[in-house]
Amino acid sequence: MSEQTVSTAAVQADPLKQSATGVRPISWKYPITYAVLAALAVLFALTIPAGARTHFRLSSGGDFFEIPLVELPSRPAGWILAVILVALAGLAIWQASRRVQTRLWLPLLFGVLFVLAFLVWAGADRGAVIPLVTMLTGALALSVPLIFGAMCGLVGERSGVINIAIEAQLLAGAFLAAVAASVFTSAYMGLVFAPIAGALVGALLVFFSVKYQVNQIIVGVVLNVLIIGLTGFLFSTALTQNPELWNARQQLPRLPIPGLSQIPVIGPVLFNQTILVYLMYLIVGLLNFFLFRSRWGLRTRAVGEHPKAADTVGIKVNRMRVYNVILGGAIAGLGGAFFTIGQGLAFGKEMSAGAGFIALAAMILGRWHPIGALLAALLFGFSTSLGNTLATIGTPVPSEALLMLPYLITILAVAGFVGRVRPPAANGTPYVK
Amino acid sequence: MKLELRGVTKRFGSFTANDRISLTVAPGEIHALLGENGAGKSTLMNTIYGLYSPDEGEILLDDREVSFNGPGDAVAAGIGMVHQHFMLIPVFTVTESVALGYEPTRAAGIMDMAVARAKVLEISARFGFDVDPDARIEDLPVGAQQRVEIIKALSRDAKVLILDEPTAVLTPQETDELITIMGQLRDSGTSIVFITHKLREVRAVADRITVIRRGAVVGETSPQSTETELAGLMVGREVNLTTAKEPADPGEVSFEVRGLTVLSSADKVVVDDVDLSLRRGEILVIAGVDGNGQSELAQTILGLRTPVAGSILLDDQDLAPLSVKQRLASGLGFVPEDRSTDGVIGAFTITENYVLDMYDRPPYSGGPGNAALRLPVMREAAQTQAERFDVRMGTVDDPISTLSGGNQQKVVLAREMSRDLRLFVASQPTRGLDVGSIEFVHRTIIEERDKGTPCLIVSTELDEALNLADRIAVMYRGKVVGIVPASTSRDVLGLMMAGVPADEAQAQAATHHTVLAEADEQAEAEENQ
Repeated sequence: MSEQTVSTAAVQADPLKQSATGVRPISWKYPITYAVLAALAVLFALTIPAGARTHFRLSSGGDFFEIPLVELPSRPAGWILAVILVALAGLAIWQASRRVQTRLWLPLLFGVLFVLAFLVWAGADRGAVIPLVTMLTGALALSVPLIFGAMCGLVGERSGVINIAIEAQLLAGAFLAAVAASVFTSAYMGLVFAPIAGALVGALLVFFSVKYQVNQIIVGVVLNVLIIGLTGFLFSTALTQNPELWNARQQLPRLPIPGLSQIPVIGPVLFNQTILVYLMYLIVGLLNFFLFRSRWGLRTRAVGEHPKAADTVGIKVNRMRVYNVILGGAIAGLGGAFFTIGQGLAFGKEMSAGAGFIALAAMILGRWHPIGALLAALLFGFSTSLGNTLATIGTPVPSEALLMLPYLITILAVAGFVGRVRPPAANGTPYVK
Repeated sequence: MKLELRGVTKRFGSFTANDRISLTVAPGEIHALLGENGAGKSTLMNTIYGLYSPDEGEILLDDREVSFNGPGDAVAAGIGMVHQHFMLIPVFTVTESVALGYEPTRAAGIMDMAVARAKVLEISARFGFDVDPDARIEDLPVGAQQRVEIIKALSRDAKVLILDEPTAVLTPQETDELITIMGQLRDSGTSIVFITHKLREVRAVADRITVIRRGAVVGETSPQSTETELAGLMVGREVNLTTAKEPADPGEVSFEVRGLTVLSSADKVVVDDVDLSLRRGEILVIAGVDGNGQSELAQTILGLRTPVAGSILLDDQDLAPLSVKQRLASGLGFVPEDRSTDGVIGAFTITENYVLDMYDRPPYSGGPGNAALRLPVMREAAQTQAERFDVRMGTVDDPISTLSGGNQQKVVLAREMSRDLRLFVASQPTRGLDVGSIEFVHRTIIEERDKGTPCLIVSTELDEALNLADRIAVMYRGKVVGIVPASTSRDVLGLMMAGVPADEAQAQAATHHTVLAEADEQAEAEENQ
């Protein structure tokens, strides 16, 4: 080769500087979603009859302060909200075209305002009152098992074990809580036994998937079928034959927190709850702190990301996973208790009704982060509650369509619409030395 | 601390990976463990580090026998190890990585990050490392990640530090820095076991050299031995360190890459506006530290990745609309970088692997739609080619997983070169092979070149690049930093591998020689005597 001169044609002035920003295609996914929703809000405003009014009830029955009904002129309110939403959508589009990272407040604010716009439109001139507090209380109630379930999934998956059996753990918790509460005629005894049931299912999961390295998803599916079958069998035999002994209804009492429960709107929703719900606040808070600030959290994340690296610093990888999955199971078991003693219901066949899978979706949507998972679970709970409320007040939209919402969001979440989610790198992979 | 091994033996089934190995590492000594790929070096070190337990023999620290149940015990006894594949968690910060397993904690297991951070800063300061304790591992260049590994070992008061192939991922300049660090550590009393198969490094840094071959110690020598002597000891016969080749006789340009840009699955730019052109009958080596876009470039040429911009032209035909299969059929030979996952199917026989991309066309199949395989024809062709490529095997009906890495690679080469090629692309064609197989692979590639095929070889081994190339293109962070003739010095290439443009690199290299380049000159002087 006679090429003596050095070819540097391909070199830019500074090779360190990536031309990445000029190349990456702009993601229009979110701006387009915002634009479509904003257009929908404008459509709402356009179709509100002139002079219509929308009523919101901001208090529930036994409030300290009796807040009168809030009455809004529907059309102006609808238009104001629509204009703000259009502006926010415009901001999102502008940010996308400038490749500015969108902050979390934007989707949150957009979501809240859009829901308000929808309610203003749905409640316009119907004579019906929109029970805001009741709706929010319902949302929290529907979210509780989801939040517990998502925390359970998160504890396991952060350490590298996929937990499809959240559904089974919730159901087992619901079952044993009901039975224990009934036998001891004390709802609090149910609270003691529920985590044991969940932990036992977790123990089965790790026994097969960690000790014998059976495919974790298959073990999870099998466990779901097993627990549905087992609780169904016991329900239709022992529990149905002698319901007074085995399946009598017990309810955890509500413990309003003095002071906090008096706050308008928020108080009755958040601070007039059973101990189970307060435990949930505590668990989310503790997990959020310990996962990122403690030795346990650091090791859990190490084992889930790169088990071999953890092994080389003397961490017992499989022992860590066993502990975590069992701990997660106990959390999900507690969540299951909410179906029965949390709401004062007797145990019913398959009463968890897929909440475990929605919890799984909430965990993914929340990117394996306690706060993210919490928000996602609340979103699912709220959309279900919204559907229920609208079904009772009657709206132009069929309520069945609204009840599909959580499942639609689940599909979108799992299909990765919410952006690139990065699971723990070793999630689902057994560790063999 | 003194480390002594006495008759350490480790077997995996019927295979003896370490056969009665004895060696002594004196306090404050850099002891090189030299051996080919697969000679048993890493097994030995994993045994010392407690990842494996020896079947026979004993390990002594300061003349006291020790036995380890796991790496935790080894670390407690004062042994630290920097693995060839770093044991770092990409999403952790430097502080978290160093603290992991030995976390300073307050009540309830809550981490005391301030203490952990101070420790990192203290050790960095002691050895002059420039490491940000809050940086995320995945954002750090490989050289810095290695320093984090060293900090990790030192933070646990390692008195014996094992470095497993530490230079495999470094540029020559980074290697130079590592050598300085090793010197500092030795002077502060740490014993170092330095595992490598690179002769020049051994001569530059080691105080003593133990050579192992096929799991057994074959000799102990001093760094004054010449490279030829060391190579002879390591391989067990005389070896040619360079492959003889005629100067290239390049024809017209037949393969071109223009403005090629490729994104990773995480939407990062991995190949950034790359232009290359390749003439008939020349070998262009893409050099660079692993992970700078070379693999992705090769995969894009094959069609495994879709570029977001740019074009790939073979004899003026755009390859973009062609599938992988069509590209292979139109005369592209491709050797993937990971032989065991992408090159062969382990459970398939040698014959089946041989016809893996040709089974559906005559003469290997026939009948309507070429639906019927002609097994005897396949077998015979595999047999002939296996002989031609000197594949050491039982029969062609054995699963390919029973062959050594070198022989598997020969089957891959035989398959890819059995077609009439218009372009040959190989990614890391000799990774993990023994010296004998490396020689063979190099010779085969040069023969293909001499037939007039343009050859594009991706290699992270600078030795291989210098040995094989007619021209060398250096890639750094997805860009081609420059294309230089094969006569370019190691120092210049090293700087280019760190992103310094070719002309600047030449200016810098003229004023500053690396230790290795000096060792090289010395070696050359010896050879000439």
